Amino acid sequence: MSFLVDLLTKQGLVTAFALVGVIIYLSHLISKYLTGGRIHGSAIAILAGLALAYWGGVETHGQKGIADIPMFAGIGLLGGNLLRDFAIVATAFEVDTVQAKRAGLLGAFALALGVIIPFTIGVMVARFYGYTDAVSLTTIGAGAVTYIVGPVTGAALGASSPVMALSIGVGVLKAIIVMIGTPFIAPFIGLNNPRSAMTYGGLMGTVSGVTGGLAATDPKLVPYGALITTFHTGVGCLVGPSILYFTVRAFTGG
Amino acid sequence: MTIYGVALLAICTLVGVGLGDLLGVALHVKANVGGVGIAMVLLISARVWLTHRGALSAGIKLGTEFWATMYIPIVVAMAAQQNVLSAASGGPMVVIAAVLTVAACAGVVALISRIDKGEKL
Repeated sequence: MSFLVDLLTKQGLVTAFALVGVIIYLSHLISKYLTGGRIHGSAIAILAGLALAYWGGVETHGQKGIADIPMFAGIGLLGGNLLRDFAIVATAFEVDTVQAKRAGLLGAFALALGVIIPFTIGVMVARFYGYTDAVSLTTIGAGAVTYIVGPVTGAALGASSPVMALSIGVGVLKAIIVMIGTPFIAPFIGLNNPRSAMTYGGLMGTVSGVTGGLAATDPKLVPYGALITTFHTGVGCLVGPSILYFTVRAFTGG
Repeated sequence: MTIYGVALLAICTLVGVGLGDLLGVALHVKANVGGVGIAMVLLISARVWLTHRGALSAGIKLGTEFWATMYIPIVVAMAAQQNVLSAASGGPMVVIAAVLTVAACAGVVALISRIDKGEKL
């Protein structure tokens, strides 16, 4: 047993390839035989990944899901930001240039709404739960934008650690809901073409949520959503500790 | 040569992410601003340029398309390393804020795609 654990630990990334391959294979079987193809295999695989992440968190009390178990540390590399961004860029190779060129104005509009709407809701919910100071309200609101905008804003404003944790929590949960929910809501919101994928990318924002969700809906839509959504975190980090904070402070008065 | 495709992808990623970092510094933001998006635009431009010159070889295609097809496995690995435990135990405020946010944004997407119908692929 310890021989096997040693082997899997030493072969980190290779172990991750094998594990993910098995998860996807099983997920496609479940999709085909248990759901009659109604739920996409990729969606089930992502859900399985999240379930493993939950188990990893329970086992290790760490932050990085199953990647905190040494045997599965390769998952951290395979699913980390480096390879994720590399593969997102690669999806652009298939992009229809005519469609992408028209993204400009629509993308910018969706991006602006995608920062303002989540932020406003985040601030309102935080206010309802008894937070009154501008720093905490802004930090939690920024977390609803994405789980990177939250802590970046909180750190810039000097928010307290529990507020930062809540802010990250809102962002991570949002990403997870988008990842799981996208294939289910897609038919109801017209998410079946490049333009709506770009609108979706701008509004939902979270890179992991949008690209994971679109991958489970229709992999051809991934690059269009990704093209816009990768600007979301940058824009959020830009306006969070500045314009948005000043606006909140104007309301709370200090 | 497959490596040409992988290298092209790598160079576009490096330049794009590099520019995104510089943009972040210029705007005094502690984050990368659109680096991946810039890299995607570079790769699309490279493809168009290569196609026009008739230089888009099978190797270049294989090298980039392989990584594009690895996207879903990478997303599964990404899902497996999220802090799901902490997100699930964040309490009602976290849940309400996240659910309302997603619902509101999905509603706006539905509204926009009613007004602005795109063509299917």
